[in-house]
Amino acid sequence: MSVYMPTTVDQAVALLAQNPGACLLTGGTDTMVEVNFNHLKPGTVIGLRLVSSLREYTITPQLIQIGAGVPYARMETGPLAEALPALAAAARTVGSPQIRAAGTLGGNLGTCSPAGDGLPVLAALDAVVNLRSPRGIRGVPFQDFMVGVKRNSRVSDELIESVSIAPTSGYQDYAKVGVRNAMVISVASVCLVHDRHTASVRVALGAVGPTIIRAREAEAWLATQVDASTSLPPDEAVAIEFARRVAAEARPIDDHRSTADYRRHAIQTLTRRLYLRSTK
Amino acid sequence: MKISLTVNGELRESEIEPRTLLVQYLRENLALTGTNIGCDTSSCGACSMHLNGEAVKSCTILAAQADGCNITTIEGLAKGGKMHPMQEAFMQNHGLQCGYCTPGMVMAAISLLEENANPTEDEVRVGLEGNLCRCTGYHNIIQSVLACAKGGN
Ligand SMILES: Cc1cc2nc3c(=O)[nH]c(=O)nc-3n(C[C@H](O)[C@H](O)[C@H](O)COP(=O)(O)OP(=O)(O)OC[C@H]3O[C@@H](n4cnc5c(N)ncnc54)[C@H](O)[C@@H]3O)c2cc1C
Ligand code: FES
Ligand code: FES
Repeated sequence: MSVYMPTTVDQAVALLAQNPGACLLTGGTDTMVEVNFNHLKPGTVIGLRLVSSLREYTITPQLIQIGAGVPYARMETGPLAEALPALAAAARTVGSPQIRAAGTLGGNLGTCSPAGDGLPVLAALDAVVNLRSPRGIRGVPFQDFMVGVKRNSRVSDELIESVSIAPTSGYQDYAKVGVRNAMVISVASVCLVHDRHTASVRVALGAVGPTIIRAREAEAWLATQVDASTSLPPDEAVAIEFARRVAAEARPIDDHRSTADYRRHAIQTLTRRLYLRSTK
Repeated sequence: MKISLTVNGELRESEIEPRTLLVQYLRENLALTGTNIGCDTSSCGACSMHLNGEAVKSCTILAAQADGCNITTIEGLAKGGKMHPMQEAFMQNHGLQCGYCTPGMVMAAISLLEENANPTEDEVRVGLEGNLCRCTGYHNIIQSVLACAKGGN
């Protein structure tokens, strides 16, 4: 194994171009577990921990940009948590403090597990994934980025540099059901974002399909029931019907962690709760 | 490859195999065997140490990734022959039995108090959820951390 530790994005992109198929490594909390299990034997590793620009974020009234190497610990509190409460809530559910000190959004996007906790948040916020290669920067909307279970549309010479998110105005939160806290891989999760600017309520579901699922039909139905350009009505009947419609869009499977029925039930309950919380 | 990092306040420069994990580097190259390995999949927390002041699991970090960083291990806590208050608190409150998880617990607990100097019992439980102990039933570990926070050991 050879390991490179570039300190700038340009160096990293150049190294990736010279070493096709090289393994990128940020926090290592996915990759190194695979390496230690001998499931993965990378010939070349490009470590990104020392690329300081990847560990930065910027927040302006127009755009929030989060470097791929910002660890979850920095999303839990501080300016990012204030700007993106749903991301903070998702970050707090990841692993344990040690995992949150190391793990990053870039790694979550690289792995692209349907159970990745950062991903429903990116989906609900209509985030754009910025990919850097020798050809320049390519911005890919999250829904086009994730294309299947652990599959994304990054090509091999591209590095995930950051994600861009347009700030929203209104309630946003993330809720998840899992088994044991510090190791939980989510069994089902929901991110709900209310945005008064665009008069929209957006819902994304994790761990209940091959990709993160945006419940677009339920979102469209809700738009016919409530005026999202202002506070949402605390209407129990709307919440119940909305949650039922969201759960109908989930495509869960039975596996060793849970059954499809339970997952659908969890989605319904979490959605109803989040909707009612958003009206407070 | 060559790396240089500061370990327990001392600058260490070494020639290592690129594949070396941070925990291996400390145990095998530097003979700092206080940090244990329990699982090597980032599950148990035994290998917790401080990387630039924050607790991380050193079994899933390459030593090369820590190049230029500041590392503190359990060996770096005692000063002038006097144990760190967290170590003292674990001793006074029977926060260990076999001791295998203890170095990782102590490092995670110190990091926890740095973020939250006065945690509730629940906050301590949540803060240590990345660390497994097979002996104590956790009760005395939690008591040790609370005692240390109160400054009463
Ligand atoms: C004990 C434990 C608990 C966990 N709990 C959770 C949890 O609750 N929720 C959750 O979502 N995840 C969890 N995880 C998984 C993991 O922590 C997350 O997926 C994390 O976001 C990975 O980030 P990383 O920086 O460590 O990724 P790495 O391991 O460094 O990389 C992961 C993948 O992304 C690629 N990659 C990394 N950076 C880039 C980049 N800049 N550009 C392109 N590709 C890149 C790598 O090549 C690799 O394929 C857990 C892991 C462990 C060990
Ligand atoms: S040995 Fe690192 S977490 Fe278990
Ligand atoms: S004291 Fe034995 S594992 Fe914790």
